[in-house]
Amino acid sequence: MDTEKIDRIIGKHDSEASSLIQVLLEIQSEYHWLPKEALERVSERLQVPLARIMHIATFYKAFSLVPKGRHEIHICMGTACHVRGAPRVLDAVQDLTGIKPGETDLDLKFSLETVNCLGCCALGPVVEIDGKTHGKMSPSDTAEVLKNYD
Amino acid sequence: MPRINSPAELEAFREGLLSQRDPNKPCITLCSGSACHASGSAEVGARIEEEVRKQGLSDEVIIRKTGCHGFCERGPIVVIHPEGICYFQVKAEDVPDIISRTIKEKQIVDRLLYEDPDTSEKIIYESEIPFYKNQERLVFGSNGNIDPKSIDDYLAIGGYAALARALEWGPEKVVEEIKKSNLRGRGGGGFPAGRKWEGSRNAPEEIKYVIVNADEGDPGAYMDRSLLEGNPHAILEGLTIGAWAIGSHEGYIYVRQEYPLAVENITIAIEKAEEYGLLGKNILGSGFDFTVKVHRGAGAFVCGESTALMTALEGRAGEPRPKYIRSNIKGLWGKPSVLNNVETWANVPLIINKGADWFTQFGTERSKGTKIFSLVGKITNTGLVEVPMGMTLRDIIYKIGGGIPGGKRFKAVQTGGPSGGCLPEELLDLQVGFDELTQAGSMMGSGGMIVMDEDTCMVDVARYFLDFLTDESCGKCVPCREGMRQMLKILTNITQGKGKEGDIQLLEELAEVTSEASLCALGKSAPNPLLSTLRHFREEYEAHIKEKRCPALSCKELIAYYIDPEKCKACMICLRKCPADAIEGGKKLIHVIDQEKCTKCGTCFESCPPRFSAVRKISGEPVPPPIPEEQRTIAGKSKEK
Repeated sequence: MDTEKIDRIIGKHDSEASSLIQVLLEIQSEYHWLPKEALERVSERLQVPLARIMHIATFYKAFSLVPKGRHEIHICMGTACHVRGAPRVLDAVQDLTGIKPGETDLDLKFSLETVNCLGCCALGPVVEIDGKTHGKMSPSDTAEVLKNYD
Repeated sequence: MPRINSPAELEAFREGLLSQRDPNKPCITLCSGSACHASGSAEVGARIEEEVRKQGLSDEVIIRKTGCHGFCERGPIVVIHPEGICYFQVKAEDVPDIISRTIKEKQIVDRLLYEDPDTSEKIIYESEIPFYKNQERLVFGSNGNIDPKSIDDYLAIGGYAALARALEWGPEKVVEEIKKSNLRGRGGGGFPAGRKWEGSRNAPEEIKYVIVNADEGDPGAYMDRSLLEGNPHAILEGLTIGAWAIGSHEGYIYVRQEYPLAVENITIAIEKAEEYGLLGKNILGSGFDFTVKVHRGAGAFVCGESTALMTALEGRAGEPRPKYIRSNIKGLWGKPSVLNNVETWANVPLIINKGADWFTQFGTERSKGTKIFSLVGKITNTGLVEVPMGMTLRDIIYKIGGGIPGGKRFKAVQTGGPSGGCLPEELLDLQVGFDELTQAGSMMGSGGMIVMDEDTCMVDVARYFLDFLTDESCGKCVPCREGMRQMLKILTNITQGKGKEGDIQLLEELAEVTSEASLCALGKSAPNPLLSTLRHFREEYEAHIKEKRCPALSCKELIAYYIDPEKCKACMICLRKCPADAIEGGKKLIHVIDQEKCTKCGTCFESCPPRFSAVRKISGEPVPPPIPEEQRTIAGKSKEK
C-alpha cells in the first residue's frame, strides 16, 4: 500500500471531511477495494473516526472491503432487464462461475455483482464485464462471452 | 477564450459564433449516448472520422458526436444535416457508403433507413418517423443537435440567454414566472418548484444551497442520465437561474458514479462555463457569484430521497431524516436548500426564455409542460420519449412505442419505478399526469414506463420490486425494514408454490402498516407495486396460492418444460444447447427432458425452431410421463410411407 498515493487523493479534495465519500470512491477505483491501511490513513488525515468510515464503506454499494477479481461482472437486474429474462442470465452466470452475487472466486478471476439499472434498457438483458456492455444476452450467449476472459 | 462580461457581450459572442457556422454545410451527427455506445457507436465514430479524411472532405463536413437521441432500440443512430436524413443501426462497415453516397452524391442509402413495421415503407426523415412524430420534444430535442462537450454548440442554439434574462429581471420576477408556469418536480413527488423556491428565498439565512438530484436509481428510468450526458449546460443554466432566484452561491450536482459519462460531461460543462464567465465570480458582470461542485453518489437507492441525499452530501451514510421542517427551509448543513431533479432544472431555461404562458399551453389542468418517459420492457420501440402531459398511455405505448413485439398481448404497464404501480389494459386510456396516475394507484415517479406482456407474472413483478426495496432500505426505521422483509418472504413463498390461504390478507395488512408508519417516501410507497397488482391482478395471486399455477408461465418453481413427442423432429438443437445435459435423445430419436436434471433455464424453449415449436411450458398440472424408449425412434418413418 502506497501512503503517498492515498495522501494525494485526500489532498485533491482539500482534506475536507465532507469529501469522505469522494475520497473513498477514488481509493476504490484505484485499488478495486478499500484496504484497511488506506482507511486508517483516511481516518487519521480527515480526522474522522474509523467507525464512521466503516459505516459508509458498508452502507454504499460501490465499496468493497475484500479484494475483487480480475474481471468484474455486473448483471443488470433493472425492471426492463428483469422482464426480458435477466434472472435466467444470472442463474447461468452463477452456474458457470460457481459464485453468487457479491462473491469473488478463489482464483480471483471473476467478481459477480448485480446492479439495479445500467440505463441500457433497450439492450436488455444486459451484462457488463470490466465496463464493456454486452446487450441482449441469453443464458447461452453468456457462456460464450465468459469464455473470452481468463 | 476571454470572459464574457455582460449580456450584450454574450449576444455579440453568439452572433460571432453563428456567423462562422454555415447552416447548409453537411453535418454528420452520431449518437454517442450510453446505449448507442454499447451498440458500437465509438467504432462508427472512428470510422466516420477516418473516411471523411480519406475521401478528402475534412473541410467540407462537420462531424458532431451528440448525446442520446432517444430511439435507443435502433442505435447507433446517424443523422445527416441539413436534410435530416436518419440512419439506424449503423455499423462501421456502413460508413464508407454513407460518406460516398449521401454526403458526396446526395443519395440515400436505402438499407439503413427506418422501415415501418406495419407498412414496410422506408422513412427518410426523423420528423416523419412515428416514434418521433408523435412526441413533443421541448427539453430533450436539443440533445441530437449539440456536442455536449462543446459550450459553443449550446450557445449557438441560444444557450444562456435565459440566464442573461433572469439576471436582468431580478430574483422576484424569476420566482413569480416559475410559480406561474406551475412547473412541478419531475423527480417523483410533483411538488410545485416555484413554491419550493419561494420558501427558500424568504428564509432568513445567509447561506443557501441549490442541488441537482441526479441520483437516478429507479430501475428502467434513464432520462436524467441522457440529459446530463447530452445537454449538461441546460441543467447548469437552470441551476444557476435557481440559485440567483433564491439567493444561493453554492450548488451541488449529486450524480451516481454508475454514470461515468454523465460525470465527465457535467464536469467539462462546469469548467467551460467558468472559463466563459457564466459560472463563478461576477456572472455576466451582474455581481452575482455562484459555484457548482459535482458529488458522485456511491450507490444507494435511498439517496434519491431528498433528505438522504443531503446527508450523503455532508459526507455521511445517506439515511433519510424526518421532515418536520422542509428542506427548503432547513436542508443541507441545516441551511435552506432547493433540491430539484435533473429534468425539472432543464425545464427552467425554457420557461424563462419563452415565458410561463407558453409553457402552460402544454399539458393538463394540473400538470403542465411535458414529461420524458423511458419506454422499456416488452415494447417494440424502446427508448426515451417526451410527450405533453395528458397524452394517454395507449397513445404512448402504441403510437410512439409501436406496441408489443412478437404478436404478444399487452398485460400491464408499470409506471413510477419501485414506488409506482402496475396499470392494466382497462386503464390504457388514462391520461398521464401527476394526479391522474396517483388516483389510479400508481404514480409519475421519475418517468419509468415498463411495458409487460402476457409472459410477465404480476406476482413476480411485485416480488421483484419488494426484493429491490428490501435490499435498498437503509434500515433506519422499523416499519420499512421489517415490513418489507415480511412481505417479501410471503411473496417469495407464493411464487415458489408455497403460498397459503390467508396470505393475501396478511400482505394487505403489512402493506397498510408499512405505508402508514415508515419515515421516508421509500417505505411509504413501497407497498404500491404489491397493492396495485393485488387490485388489478388478484386472480393471478389466487392461481399461485390455490392451484400452484403461474398463469404467465414464468415462476420457475411452478413450471416445467416438456417436449411434445408428436412435434419433436429430433433435430438435436435443444439437446446440444442444454447447459444441464438434461435432454436425452439422439439423431432420429425423439428428445425427452429429464425433469430431475432440468434447471428450467428455458434454453430449449427458445432454441426449438418455431416451425416445430415442440417445447412447451406446463404449469399447474403434472408433466406427462416420458414416452417409452422403443417408441422414440422416428428414423425412416417418412421413407416408409
